[in-house]
Amino acid sequence: MTAVDAAVRRARALGAFYAAAGRQSITQRFTYRASNYLFMVGMLTEPVIYLIVWSAIARARGGSVDGYTPGSLAAYYLVWTLVRSMNVVYAPAGFEHRITTGRMSGRLLLPVHPIHYDLAGFGGAKLVWILQWLPVGAVLTLLFHPVLRPTVAGVAVFVVAIWGAFVLRSLFLWLLGLVTFWTTRASALFELYLVLELLLSGRLVPVTLLPGWMRDAADWFPFKWTFGFPIDALVVPQSTRELLGGLGAQALWIGCGSLLVAVVWRRALRRYTGVGG
Amino acid sequence: MTAVVEASGLSRAFKVPERDAGVRSAVKGLFRRSTRTSHAVRDLDLRVEPGEVVGFLGANGAGKTTTLKLLSGLLHPSSGSVRVLGHEPARREPAYLRRMALVMGNRHQLQWDLPAVDSFELNRAIYRIPWPEFRRARDELVELLDLGDLVRKPVRNLSLGERMKMELAGSLLHRPEVLFLDEPTLGLDVTMQRRVRSFLADYNRAHSATVLLTSHYMADIEALCRRVVVIHHGKVLFDGALSRLGEQFAAYREIEVTPDDPGADLGAYGECRPAGEGRARIRVPAADVPATMARLLADVGITDLTVTAPPIEDVIARIFTSGAAVPS
Repeated sequence: MTAVDAAVRRARALGAFYAAAGRQSITQRFTYRASNYLFMVGMLTEPVIYLIVWSAIARARGGSVDGYTPGSLAAYYLVWTLVRSMNVVYAPAGFEHRITTGRMSGRLLLPVHPIHYDLAGFGGAKLVWILQWLPVGAVLTLLFHPVLRPTVAGVAVFVVAIWGAFVLRSLFLWLLGLVTFWTTRASALFELYLVLELLLSGRLVPVTLLPGWMRDAADWFPFKWTFGFPIDALVVPQSTRELLGGLGAQALWIGCGSLLVAVVWRRALRRYTGVGG
Repeated sequence: MTAVVEASGLSRAFKVPERDAGVRSAVKGLFRRSTRTSHAVRDLDLRVEPGEVVGFLGANGAGKTTTLKLLSGLLHPSSGSVRVLGHEPARREPAYLRRMALVMGNRHQLQWDLPAVDSFELNRAIYRIPWPEFRRARDELVELLDLGDLVRKPVRNLSLGERMKMELAGSLLHRPEVLFLDEPTLGLDVTMQRRVRSFLADYNRAHSATVLLTSHYMADIEALCRRVVVIHHGKVLFDGALSRLGEQFAAYREIEVTPDDPGADLGAYGECRPAGEGRARIRVPAADVPATMARLLADVGITDLTVTAPPIEDVIARIFTSGAAVPS
């Protein structure tokens, strides 16, 4: 068997694993329909507060704030809700739980890198969440009257970018979770990550509304490629070149994240003490 | 013959933080953390041939589970070398992981909310088992472990015993050539323990699988293992046939006699205690058995006499409490 054949076989096997794990995750999500909705409704509080505050500011400033009208802000935070659902990934606190309960040992014994398990599991869940988001999105549209005129290129890039955002955020939070192999309490770092993400990603406020120095700072972190970029792809009119450049930057950050996870994972395994079973 | 497991000088040490109780000690720990090194496994040499069933015996914390974790690749050794099926376990090569299974007491491989059949199908994808082979293995395991319709019930609704059997089935779908079992019958009732034991014996026979297991139940060891490895404080005290363990470690024998005179004082012959119905049990050093028997027969009228080795549990308990190193 040539190296190419072996690589194709490996890729096919990984694809089959993703399909199986994704199916299992979908089955699991359908088992808990009510809790999915409660989770989603709980997540709505955050964007609705931002939307009300920024709409009030826009009205106070004569109808717009830096080009954002109440209608475009409504569109921004409506798309935000979908992007946020896509951005829910395996949290670093989960690593603590996995390690202390012995579940990590179980994952390490499987001939599949544990990150694939999480990507496949959460990826499958996204399909259910997207379906469940549709009625939520409809209600928000009726309530807040978003103004949204996406281009075909914008829609196409958005569809790719929300999955890119999911992979990117998964990688960086996984990286943060790996700190648990050195210290069993990595939650404090996660809190710091969340604060930076809130400020620099477009989650709290569209990146273009940030002061200049914060916009510059945002360029040095992966955060805006997980929130602001996918939302803007749909909400803010951009050239195809700009949109594709954004996808390229997202891919670059995914590459960096993958590399870092690979390197840190190898070191983390050497430190694993297999507590909890 | 190529050995399945070959370990030489295998050691694993852990740095364990420690401090005294109380706030003062906790505050002190903020500035200066004290740790000690715990040697879980020390200089372990082990060779296991294909198809062997080897039992690891040892008190809690002796290093049995750490040894299994080193052999399965969960832990990196601090020093020494180990190869299992020709692979270096710590490298966690998929080709190795597909040929072995480690089943631990607190198993969590099955999805809690879904029937086990769903988890089995995921294992099929993980281990790349072709469909016909998967169906055959699944049906065989369901039958041998008497799982029946339980595979269609959500795992959370199964009893502990049912769940453990289900976990075992899930771990064996890919027909591992090497099976590491850590307390496979822990928490099971007697009937379920027997079932699991007989299943493991059948699996070993049918697939020529090599099995290394730890258990606190001597019944597991006696039913499954001809060879045992006794570990104490991370070091191997004994490695050999189970039958030899008693001979080597039991420094005494028990002579059970029925004297003609039930009131006869036998204290002069050894540590004596009544054994009911006019019989007495005398504990004597193994080397003194022939001489004591001769004296008893000559001095006391005896109608019946038997010599027994102490139960294996007693022998092992003595090893653990004394920690005596007896060469194997």
